[in-house]
This record gives sequence, structure tokens and C-alpha cells, in this order.
Amino acid sequence: MAETKRDPVAEWATDFDHTHPDYAAAATEIWDDLRAGCPVAHSERFGGTWLPTRHEDIAAIAADTEHFTSQGVIVTEWRPDVPAPVGYAPPITSDPPFHALARRVLLPYFSPKAMVRWENTTRAMCRELLDTALADGATAFDAAADYAQHIPVRVIADMLGLPRDDGDKFRGFIHRIIEVPGQVEVEQEDTLDHYLKQIVADRKAKPGDDLISYLLSADLDGVPLDEGHVEGTIGLLIIAGIDTTWSAIGASLWHLAQHPEHLQRLRDDPEVIPFAVEEFLRFYAPVTMARLVAEPVQIGDASMQPGDWCLLPFPAANRDPEFFERADEFVIDRAANRHSAFGLGIHRCIGSNLARLELRIALEEFVARIPSFELADPSAVRWSTGQVRGPRLLPVRLT
Amino acid sequence: MKISYDRSKCQGHNRCYMLAPELFDTDDEGYAILLVEGEVPSDLQDKAQLCADNCPEYAIEIEG
Repeated sequence: MAETKRDPVAEWATDFDHTHPDYAAAATEIWDDLRAGCPVAHSERFGGTWLPTRHEDIAAIAADTEHFTSQGVIVTEWRPDVPAPVGYAPPITSDPPFHALARRVLLPYFSPKAMVRWENTTRAMCRELLDTALADGATAFDAAADYAQHIPVRVIADMLGLPRDDGDKFRGFIHRIIEVPGQVEVEQEDTLDHYLKQIVADRKAKPGDDLISYLLSADLDGVPLDEGHVEGTIGLLIIAGIDTTWSAIGASLWHLAQHPEHLQRLRDDPEVIPFAVEEFLRFYAPVTMARLVAEPVQIGDASMQPGDWCLLPFPAANRDPEFFERADEFVIDRAANRHSAFGLGIHRCIGSNLARLELRIALEEFVARIPSFELADPSAVRWSTGQVRGPRLLPVRLT
Repeated sequence: MKISYDRSKCQGHNRCYMLAPELFDTDDEGYAILLVEGEVPSDLQDKAQLCADNCPEYAIEIEG
């Protein structure tokens, strides 16, 4: 698998590259610098891309479905060719009015009450992963590669009725599509499209009690979903439901490895956990979304033109000192926390309740099992590139 | 203290339902349903304030 090497970045304000390893290594500092000086950065890369960094601008763009379209949500050299308002992976790539229909089909499956059925399975998975990581008295393991990354893979596989062993495939798709978009050549039979066609055809022939079968039997105002829609939506759930949550869990564990006082607080004071989970989500929000500019629009000094990309770095919004008190501090019991880790506006992450459940349980089980731990080798920690940010290598040692 | 909720602003973040199930339920699609009308009982006023302070879409307002 040959990956393109990224050209060095001249200036973050005029030449940023969110898929560059230098961005992955220092994204928070880059956002802080840009927000204080720029605050909407531009780059000629990817055919023209904007990067707002203030909460106010990001919220305004997220709410503006007139000048911005969701037809494209992952910044690439090319522009997606499945037209609005449906897009290639509904509802994330859909615009009004179709968006609301495509979203309504999924909402009941992801409501907070529907999540209760995943609580026990998720907890059992976390325990099993920790059993394996700590087998035979092991005192060191990789908290991202051996723990965090497997949790959402297994939950999504169960939800879709797919083998948990397909996790390696899912991670391959995610790497190519999110971390190094369009920068790797693959054979047709190894593509996500090919996989989706296969599993949807299989399930059509043999329905079960799973989300794919549910979508195949669902309708939009009386019209059954076409196979392209079902494939796109399943692709979305595989891509969006995995590395995002894995990143949030990994980043939270990275934090706890360096803050034993917070680990202790979670153990001593279970009532703080819901607040801590929201603060982890604020401080380490993994997801930067994107839009394509549909109509010319002015955001501050930035004159955005149709066809330009505009990134929506919700993690940068979450660190904006104009919007949050003590924005750059992790406050474990922060009471007022209007974070936008799950986005803002009509595209609020549909899996937010699932992500929250997985993050909470992953932390509860880790805290219950591991009295104290630290980074085994801080220089070995690797953060992902692209629009989802989290540690991919996180070696830890029990202390 | 009075609490009000604007369904047209709600995007189903469910922060209120998690913080105060005594004040908010959710419908089948995960949108909030405000359970109290008018005056917030005194023992729930702190929670009502929390709900308002954590709604990412400013769909909840507190008066008084």
C-alpha cells in the first residue's frame, strides 16, 4: 500500500493540510494560533479549502444549509459526484429536504432508549478485551490498538449483523477514506463499495434481526429505500461509527495516563462520570466535519466560492476561549458544557448516544480494572491524520 | 423559576434527558419532551439550570 507523502506546510494560515502528520502532532496549538490571529485559514490544497476556528463561525456554517452543501463531507482532491440532496451516504451527505426523511429512518434505532440494549454487550466486550490485554500477568499493552479500537468495531458489527472478525477490513476502509483520503490505490474487490454491495445482497437473500435488514424493509413515505441508499447508509455507519469513538476512548485514556488525579476522581466519585464524559468529549472531540460551498458566502474576511471545501473543526470550536471559560483547561466536573463534539445543526451525529455509551463503559471498565497506569513511551504515541483525531498507538504500562 | 423548551431548535443531543430525566423525556426519534409545565419544582431548579446551560442548540430557556 503506497501512500503519497505530503508536501511540507509553508504557513498554517495560508497553506494548511489537515492530513499532514505535522497537523496531527499539534492540531490544538495550530487552532489556537489561527483563532487568535486569522481566524479563518485558507489553503489551495484539495482544490481550495477553508478552516474556520472560532465557535461562532463554525456554528453559523453548520446551521447554514443554503450556502453550504453536505454533498461532500470528507475533503479530497476530487468532488463527490452523487448529487444533492441525497448524496453518496445518506443522511450525512444529504441536504434538506431529503435529509430529514433519510434521517428519520435511522433516528429510532439510535435514540437514547434504544441504546439500553447495547449496554451489557459493550460492557462484556470491554471486560473481555482487558482480560486479553492483561492475560498471563501482562503489565503493558497498547490502550488504542489492544483496547479502544476494538470496542466500536464489535458494537457496529453486532448492530449490522456482520462478523466481528471483519474489524480489520473496517479499519482498512477507515484508514483509506478518512486518514489518507484518496491517497491510496486499491483493487476493486478490496473497496468499501464492493464490500457493501456484497453484504447488502447477502442480507437481502437472508434477512435477520439487524440494522441492514431493518433498512432493507424500511420506506421513505411509502417508497422503499433503494439499494444504493442502503449501501451508502451502511457505509456511513461503518466509517463514522468506528474510528470516531475509538479516538474518543483513546484520547481519554491518553489523558488519564498523564493525570492520575483524574483517574482517582473517576474511581472515588462515580457521580462525576457523566460530567467527565462530556468534558472528555469537549476537550478531545475527535471529529472535524466538512461542507462544500454551494453559493458564494462571506465568513469574516473569507470570501468562499462554490466548489471550495470548508472544514468544520468542532474540536477547535470546543477550545474557543470566547465561548468557554477556562477553554484550555480540562475541568473534570465542568457543569456548563455546551460542547459541539457531535456537531451542531441538522447533522448532529446520529450515533451520539451510542458513542457516549461506549466511551462511558470503556472508561468505567478500565478504571475498575487498572488501579494506576502511565504512558510506557510518550514518543511512541501516534495521532491519526485527517478529519478524525485520536491516538492510534498508545503504549501504556501498569504502575 | 420557569422553564421552556423550543422543539424547533432541538437536534436531539439528549443532554437534558441525561442530566434530568425528571424534567425531560425523549420521543421515539430522540427529541426532547419537556415534562413540567410552568413553575419548576424547587428541588429540580439546579437540574433545570444545568439542562439550559448544556443544550448545544439553546433550545431550553430558564426564567426567574
